[in-house]
Amino acid sequence: MKVHTYERAFLAVGIVVLLSCLAALLYASLAMGIHLPGISGRVDPKLVYKTAPFDHPGVRLAGLGHYEAVVVAQTWAFNPPVIRVPVGSTVYFTATSIDVIHGLNVEGTRLNMMLIPGQISRNTYRFTEPGEHLLICHEYCGLGHHTMSGKVIVEPAP
Amino acid sequence: MAALTPTVADPAGYELPDEQRRVLRWMLYIGYAALTAGVFHGLANALSYARISILGWFPGLHTYYQGLTAHGVANVLIFTFSFANGFLPLMTARALSRPLDRRFLWGSFLALLLGNVLVIYAVVSNRASVLFTAYAPLQAHWTFYLGLVLVVISTWLALASMLVDLVGWRRQHPGARIPLLAYVSVTSYLMWFLASLPVAVSFLVFLLPWALGLRAMVDPLLTRTLFWFTGHAIVYAWLLPAYVSWYALLPRQVGGRLISDSYTRIVWILFLLLSIPTGIHHQYTDPGISPTLKAFHGVLTFGIFFPSLATAFSVMAALEIGGRRRGGTGLLGWIPRLPWGDPSVTAQLLAMLTFVLGGATGLINASYTMNQVIHNTTWVPGHFHMTVGTAVALTFMGVAYWLIPYLTGRGLYSRRLALASTWIYTIGILVFARGMIDGGLHGMPRRTFMAAATYYDPAWRLPGMLTGVGGTLMFIGVMLFFLVIGLTVLAGRRGEQPADIPVSETLTAPALTGWEPRLDRLGWWVAAAVLLIVIAYGPFFLMYTPKAVSPGFKLF
Repeated sequence: MKVHTYERAFLAVGIVVLLSCLAALLYASLAMGIHLPGISGRVDPKLVYKTAPFDHPGVRLAGLGHYEAVVVAQTWAFNPPVIRVPVGSTVYFTATSIDVIHGLNVEGTRLNMMLIPGQISRNTYRFTEPGEHLLICHEYCGLGHHTMSGKVIVEPAP
Repeated sequence: MAALTPTVADPAGYELPDEQRRVLRWMLYIGYAALTAGVFHGLANALSYARISILGWFPGLHTYYQGLTAHGVANVLIFTFSFANGFLPLMTARALSRPLDRRFLWGSFLALLLGNVLVIYAVVSNRASVLFTAYAPLQAHWTFYLGLVLVVISTWLALASMLVDLVGWRRQHPGARIPLLAYVSVTSYLMWFLASLPVAVSFLVFLLPWALGLRAMVDPLLTRTLFWFTGHAIVYAWLLPAYVSWYALLPRQVGGRLISDSYTRIVWILFLLLSIPTGIHHQYTDPGISPTLKAFHGVLTFGIFFPSLATAFSVMAALEIGGRRRGGTGLLGWIPRLPWGDPSVTAQLLAMLTFVLGGATGLINASYTMNQVIHNTTWVPGHFHMTVGTAVALTFMGVAYWLIPYLTGRGLYSRRLALASTWIYTIGILVFARGMIDGGLHGMPRRTFMAAATYYDPAWRLPGMLTGVGGTLMFIGVMLFFLVIGLTVLAGRRGEQPADIPVSETLTAPALTGWEPRLDRLGWWVAAAVLLIVIAYGPFFLMYTPKAVSPGFKLF
């Protein structure tokens, strides 16, 4: 089978582009520390409110400039509905759902997780600028899905 | 230049028995009927992003999400597979000059029909407003799951009718290469057969018994992973029939030739191998799946981009040959010489152009870390309305402009109306996708009744309006398509239909010696595909202990 010179060139350029994209992703993941949610444990959806840390949803200090935000999703609200952190904080989000699949997207950031009953979702984000972000459930979760939202308020430095 | 090689066994022509043509034609009609319902809801969904609700105009509609379920199920499940069920067996029979297996063909049709009846019942009665992804623990009525399983079974039976044809042909022609048109048609559905097994297991073993009350609980991550095990490859099951047309038919329609036989077969083999072990890139943001496995699926997803790159070259080359034979000169002078007055050609050319943007946005979806910016925002439907919604749907519309006349024996009613439909649809999708993509970058969520949402970001205003305007144009385009097809079926002039399917020729013939005949050993390639699937999905299923924790929720 003979392959035309132009075709070889076209495919070679294509492969180089694909490999460069992969290299960029590798850099983002390893050097910039951008991670995806992974295996972070399980929880029985019926017992979420009786299981730590979900027995106390909310934001707590986890060290200097570090916060843990524990979020429980249910139809059709986030608990807590508002998350307040000072600017510059690194926030560890730990979240799950007590009923159906929900989503958790902090608008304007890359914080974006699925909340699946039975599974604990974790990810980390550093808020570097003050302001308000919508906290959106972005997976269809029934009739009231479009009413399910919250807020992340990043407060300016005092 | 060497002699040209036909992509079919007998270039002189072949006509299927009337009964089989009728079955295939009605298969297509089921698809178009579904598409009609689907696009009305699509209009309502698009306008909702412009914060206009027209749901009150739909008699009997309960909620936005019922309409969205109808839109997804009708357009991407019923329409696409009805078309493929009609188109691929017809191509196989034409390529091999043999009638299809009658029982399997009828079986396919009846399964599709019965599946539709059950799904329509479930969706129209608002017992299944779970969207086409059917994520547990939202629980639909059992007729929804059974109906969709029957639709899948109808595709298996269509494949069986093609395989019987192919095996019979090979027995009569030992040592001969499989005609290319049959090869690509059969391989497309072989890939889909493998791909469809996980969702069939999910529905039959878990969701259907659960909806019937025979199973109390399911594991939502397990059924979701089984869904996406099928759910990425399904997009290639939609796309490959369009590729069959681009590779094996369109060159003939523009007066060009396909450049290489073996090269084309390799592209299909790559789709067979790589379409399925990539599904976890739809679950990048899911908990419970190891990031290493996600990264592995990400790399394979980049791999599946390669056969589409190869397609871009092959198809463009075939078109260029056509344009130059029609008198085009210079670097790009062949483009205006293509037969833009033929709506079948124009629809497919515009489908390809849109697919460039669809492919590029798809690569971004597959990009491991970048996915977090756009996952489940309107970026995603912005992307897939350019792929399945245009590259596939507009190609299927373009094919219909010769296929419906061919099957009904009536000439196309109006070229001009068909051309108008094509252009309006294309302008519509570009405006629509611009809106959705932009909105998605600003976090506008997909699958959300935005016209009634209790939250809103002013940055979504312009994107939402573009989505509404573009969606309206797409709707008008499809309505014109239905008008043309309806008038063709009812009032097209008898005897003005094309005499034969437009089958292309290739510049390089398939070799009879060396390694190339091995491309035809489809059994081996299927085994290799299974091996890759085991490598890609094995780690998840070995390490994951399913825990049935979720009862059904009917929140619609």
